[in-house]
This record gives sequence, C-alpha cells and structure tokens, in this order.
Amino acid sequence: MRRLLLAALLAGTVLGGGAPACAAEVSQYIPLPTYRVGAYASSGELWWAGERDYFRYINEVEGGVEGVKLNYEEFETEWSPDRTVEVYERVKAGKDGSPLAFFFTHGTPATYALLEKAAADKIPLIDPAGGKTESVDGAVFPYAFPLLFSYYSQASTGINYIASKVGGLDKLKGLKIATVYHDSAYGRASQPAVDALAKTYGFENIQIPVADPGSEQSPQWRQIREVKPDWIFLRTWGVSTVVALKTAQRFGFPANRIIGDVWAGSESDTIPAGSAAVGYSALAPYPGGTDFEIHKRLKAEILDKGKSNLRDAKLFGAVNYNVGLVNAALAVEALRTGYKHFGARPLNGEEGRWAFEHLTIDPARLKQIGFDGLLQPIAITPTDHEGGGAARIQSWDGSKWVLQTDWIKADHALLTPLIKAGAAAYAKEKGITPRSADSAEAAAR
Amino acid sequence: MDHVGLRSDVPPSSIVVAPRAFGVAAVTALVLTVPFLTTEYWVNAIIVPFLILSLAGLGLNLLTGYAGQLSLGSGAFMMVGAYATFALQLRVPALPLPFAFILAGLVAGVVGLFFGLPSRRIKGFYLIVSTLAAQFFFEWLFLKFPWFYNGNSSATIALARGLSVFGLNAENPPGRYWLTLGTVAILTLLSWNLIRSQTGRNWMAVRDMDAAAAVIGVPTRSAKLQAFFVSSFILGIAGALWAFAYLGSASVQSFGLSRSYQILFIIIIGGLGTICGAFLGAAFVSLLPLALDWSFQHLFAGQVDEGLRQNIQKAIFGVLIIGFLIKEPEGLARLLALPNLRRSSRRTLFPSVRR
Repeated sequence: MRRLLLAALLAGTVLGGGAPACAAEVSQYIPLPTYRVGAYASSGELWWAGERDYFRYINEVEGGVEGVKLNYEEFETEWSPDRTVEVYERVKAGKDGSPLAFFFTHGTPATYALLEKAAADKIPLIDPAGGKTESVDGAVFPYAFPLLFSYYSQASTGINYIASKVGGLDKLKGLKIATVYHDSAYGRASQPAVDALAKTYGFENIQIPVADPGSEQSPQWRQIREVKPDWIFLRTWGVSTVVALKTAQRFGFPANRIIGDVWAGSESDTIPAGSAAVGYSALAPYPGGTDFEIHKRLKAEILDKGKSNLRDAKLFGAVNYNVGLVNAALAVEALRTGYKHFGARPLNGEEGRWAFEHLTIDPARLKQIGFDGLLQPIAITPTDHEGGGAARIQSWDGSKWVLQTDWIKADHALLTPLIKAGAAAYAKEKGITPRSADSAEAAAR
Repeated sequence: MDHVGLRSDVPPSSIVVAPRAFGVAAVTALVLTVPFLTTEYWVNAIIVPFLILSLAGLGLNLLTGYAGQLSLGSGAFMMVGAYATFALQLRVPALPLPFAFILAGLVAGVVGLFFGLPSRRIKGFYLIVSTLAAQFFFEWLFLKFPWFYNGNSSATIALARGLSVFGLNAENPPGRYWLTLGTVAILTLLSWNLIRSQTGRNWMAVRDMDAAAAVIGVPTRSAKLQAFFVSSFILGIAGALWAFAYLGSASVQSFGLSRSYQILFIIIIGGLGTICGAFLGAAFVSLLPLALDWSFQHLFAGQVDEGLRQNIQKAIFGVLIIGFLIKEPEGLARLLALPNLRRSSRRTLFPSVRR
C-alpha cells in the first residue's frame, strides 16, 4: 500500500507535465508567479485579483487583444526567488502552442535571480516600479523592463516631495532624512540615488536596515529617536511596513513626517496599523481609489456579474488591486503594440521585447482605456526601459487614501548619469557590448 | 544530544548493502540518461536543485545523523561556501572553478570548525544556539561589508564569467547537470567511505553515548570537531552549487534560517544517520510540493479559488510530513528499505521515551 502510494505520487509528477489541453484558437500565454501564501500574501492577493480581473475584462468584454485571447495561469512562489526561478523554468517554453512573450516577476529579488537567465533565453522580464534600476538602460539590459518608476526615481520623487513640503530644494540643506529599508535587493536599491541627492542638496543621509521579514523593529526606532531625523523615507514591504508605523507611533515619531515608497503604501499596510497610519503619506505611481473610469467599467462588467477574483468586494480599488490593474494594462497595451506590428498571433520573447520597447501610452490613449489619473503617460524606447518616472502622493486619512498631488517627476537629469554608470560597470563586469538603438531595430525585423 | 542515540541492532554490513546497490544503480541510470531524455525544465528546475539539496542534506547528516551534533547553521555554512567561491572567482581569476569550490569548501569547513568549538563543552539544544549564532552572524556580515559582494547596488553575487570548468562552458543545462552530479557523486562516495572508516565509527560512538565512547578511548572532542569540519565542507560546496549552478545569482536571503530548517527537515524525513536518507528527504522536500502543485494545477485549475488551492496544497504537504513520520519515525530510508530488514531491527531514536 505504501509503495503504491509512493508510486502514485511519483507517477503524478511524471504525468503531470504531459497532460495536453486543447484550445480551439491559440491564445497568448501569460504565467503569473504569485504569492497567496506567506508573509506577503495580504498585498499579493489584491494584486493578482487586479491582474486577473483586467485580463478577464479584456477577454470577455473586449474579445481579447486585437482578437487574441489571453491565457493566464497562476503559480505559487511565496515571494521566494528560488521558487520563482522554478516557475520561470517551467513556463519559459510557453504553453498550448503559445510562446512566452514576457514574464512578470512580481518581485525585485526574483528579477535579480532571473536577470541573466532571461537575457540568455531572450524573454523580457517585466517588473513595473521594481527590478534592477540600472536595467532602465536598455542598451545593456535588452530583456529587463523596470517599467514606470525605477527605485532611483522613487528616491528622487520622495525627496522632491519633501522639498515641496519644506519650501524648496534649497531648504533641504542641513535636514536629516533617514531611510528605513527592508534589507533585501529591493530595500537597498535606492541607496546610490539617495547618496547622490544628499551630496547635491546637502541633507544628511541616514540609512537604517530592517532584516526580513521585519516583524520586530524596536532597535531601529530607538536609533531613530537618538538621531532625531526630520523626515523618514520608509522603504519597507509587507509586514515590516505595519510594524514600522506602529513602532514609530510607540516611539513618538509623527506619521505625517514619514513618506512611504510604492511598496509601503497600500491598505494592506495602513489598515492593520490602525491609528498609527493616520497622516502617513506614500508615493503612488499606482494611486488607490475607485473614481477612475476603468473602475466603472470593471464594476459593471466584472464585479457586479460575480466574475471578480476579489474575495472581499470592499477592497475593490485598493492600492494593490490597482497595481494589478495597471500592470495588466501595461502588458495588454504592449501586446497590442506587438500584434499591430507582427500580426495578431501569440508573440515570442524577442517580439515581446520589441513590443515593450515601442509601448507608448499618451494621455488620449489613457482616456480611451479608462486609466486617466491612475496611470501616467508612458513612452518606452529601446534605451529607456522606464518610460515614466513620476508618481502622485497620497496620504491615509484613517479610512482611505487621499491623493495630495498630481504627478511629481523624478530628477532624471541627476539620475540618468548614475544609471548609465551603473549599467556600464555591469556591462564591463559581464563582458556585454551595449547595443545601439539601430541594431535593436534591426534585430527585431 | 545523547537523547537521540541511534543504536543499531544489526551488524552495519547488512544495512549498507541495499542502499548501496540502490544508489549505484540509480546513479548509473541517471548519469546515462538524464541530460538527453528530459527537458531543460527538468534539469534546471527539478534535478539540479534536488541534487544540491541532497548534498546539503548529506553534509548535515554527517554532523547530526552520524556524529549526533544538532545544528541549525547549515544555511550559514552554505552561505560561506557561496560567498567564498564568489570572492575567489572574482579576485583570483586564474583559479579554475573546481579548485575554487574546494577552497570555498575548506573555508566553510574552518568556519564550521570554529562554530563547532562550543560542542566540546555543550550539547543538544544548547549547541543549536551556537550554530544559530552562525546563521545570524553571517547574514549580518555579508550584508555589512560591501567587499563580500563587490559593492554592487543590490548586494547579490553572481559569477562574472559564468560556470566554466577547465575552459569548458558549463552554463547550459547539461553542463550544470554534469557539474552538479559529478560533485555530488564524488562527495557522496567520499562520505560513504568516511563513515565506514575509523573516523565514522568514532562519530557514531560519540553519537550513541559520548561518555562511553570516551571511556573506550575514542577522542570525543576531536571527533566532534572533525564532524563539524567535514559537514561544513560539504555544506559549503552545496552552497556554492546552489548559488551558481542553480540560482545563477544569490544573496543572503537564499541561505536564510528557513534554508537551515529545510535541510534539517530533509534529514529528519529522509532518515537520520543514513546516506540515502539525504537523497530521499531532499526528494520529499523539493519534489513533492512540485508534484502537488502540478497535479492540482491540472485537476482544479479554474474551478477552485487560487488562494484556497495554494493554501490547501501547503496543508496537504504538512499532513503528509506528519503522516510519514508517524508511520516511520526513522524516515523514508527505513520505510523504503527491504521488508525483511525492516522487520529485523528497530533503532531506538529516543531511548528516554517509552513506546
């Protein structure tokens, strides 16, 4: 009996991969490495709901992208890069006749782990508002797309917002700005930019790490009480954000002097923090709320018809849900660009790269797809894989996020040399010859 | 640690025959077929990590299963191996990769020896604390000083020139596979011989009762330190393989405390004090969740809520672990042993607890 059981399990492993599925028409395969289990599930759940709802809306209401249906499938990773690598290997050959046009990594450490593999396999890694900042330089990183809002832009926009609060960039001189960060590839990523900004504007740069997962932070906040910073830039993730806000309250640091970054500014962070989060502000390349046009369409077609992936309809329009919507829309618009160029059929990785490198969403198009105000206008080129670089600021009033500003641009004049230098150092270390924009065009034809 | 005395009632020779034949046949079959018969996915995402986890399990099994010293520092020793390989490849580019692996293993061995020093005085749960300190210390160390990760912005390490063995490129799936398999085979063979030598017998004597071992003239203190050195040597090489042959790039998070627990589970589920237990345990821990995921994906995709499906998978995996351990506390190695052997002897795992 025992042997039989083991044999059955073994057989399950072997046969599991071979089960063929029949599709009437070939649809574009989109694997989603997700985390509905583990320390980051509370953010993840809403994110996947947003992506799935938008893909479903495109499939069922708009009849697919240029007529090509999207075939999306989830894989649990618990935000572990090791498991994301396994998922990537599992899906990289595509499915049911569809090659893989791109791979959402859904986490910065996973992007790092896959950076070289994906470049060798020619599969674009899509990690909006994340990824390796240097990979904004598409000449060195043709297959990495930290779309929308790189970590350097996050630092710069955060500092620009603080400057607007204190009355101008020249008033930053002498201020103490502490960055409390999740000690991972994600958390450390903004340091070079903050260093450069501190040198330029003369504020004091204090960096305080929080080890993963960050559920105990008394030492860090005791240190903060000693150094008495004027502002805190909070670059935490998951449970570490909640604990940071609560510990800040306990140590008497005012929440309205804390600016969270993209991944520290959602309902999953502020609701559990309770009163400690009132007055807390965060960068919002993905603003929260349901007042955008796309939400009206989704509510009518998906939510009210019981087709939503959301378990709690109250969280419709939460920041992380909107993250999913925006990411899904970026993918859909990129695929549309590709289908218009290559024909309406599933794209492979090289065609996917071309599609993302020619993705342009202008304000008129934003209105058409219902993302006006939710997504900034974006223009990706073969040499600029960020294409946006702005965020709005929202602050938490105790029950919802309230948008405070319009789009605030990062200081690209200051950041681009840093990114170029980082990318050049990477190219030198790895022996990569940066491609020119013309050769990128030629390769795609 | 003498509570986990693994006394054997049968002569050692009869235990070794079955797993040995099994091991030789399985390894030979794998060597001949794997890179040509399977897809890239199988090699890159299933077989290579399975082999590396088996090697790590083997390393810890020498220390815990054979020498009876509990450790929660496996992740740290793997981390040392990975970072040492990175440093050697970066700063001594002339050194071929296999030698870098060996040197990194030696560095990890010395580190293990150092953190094993308290084992001369303390045992059991107290010793866990010392190895746990290694875990936290190295996570801090490798992040604190940019020298260790060559000052890049993300503190991740990757081999600049990729995997190459004496000029041959091992960056493709068969290359990774052969490199991993070769390393695992050599180290398994060496461990196999080591535990049947005087050293291995000393370790087992220490494990079963260190006071009695000392009385009959076993140098218990040096035996324990030897075990720490050899175990960490193997773990270090496993760490280097994990970072560069499987992941491609790694950071300290790849070798966190959960990795240490995972390796401890591998040997507990596979079977303490057996060589093939490390392989069986690694198969259980690394392949079973994937098998569950695959079967659930095909059976229930689209019908069951994704969050529910993924949590159920996790629960089933937990239930299976508990089930197997209740059925056979000595692990899969014993569960899968020949039936007559299974009947003939039962080692007392926890002599102080009456059954």
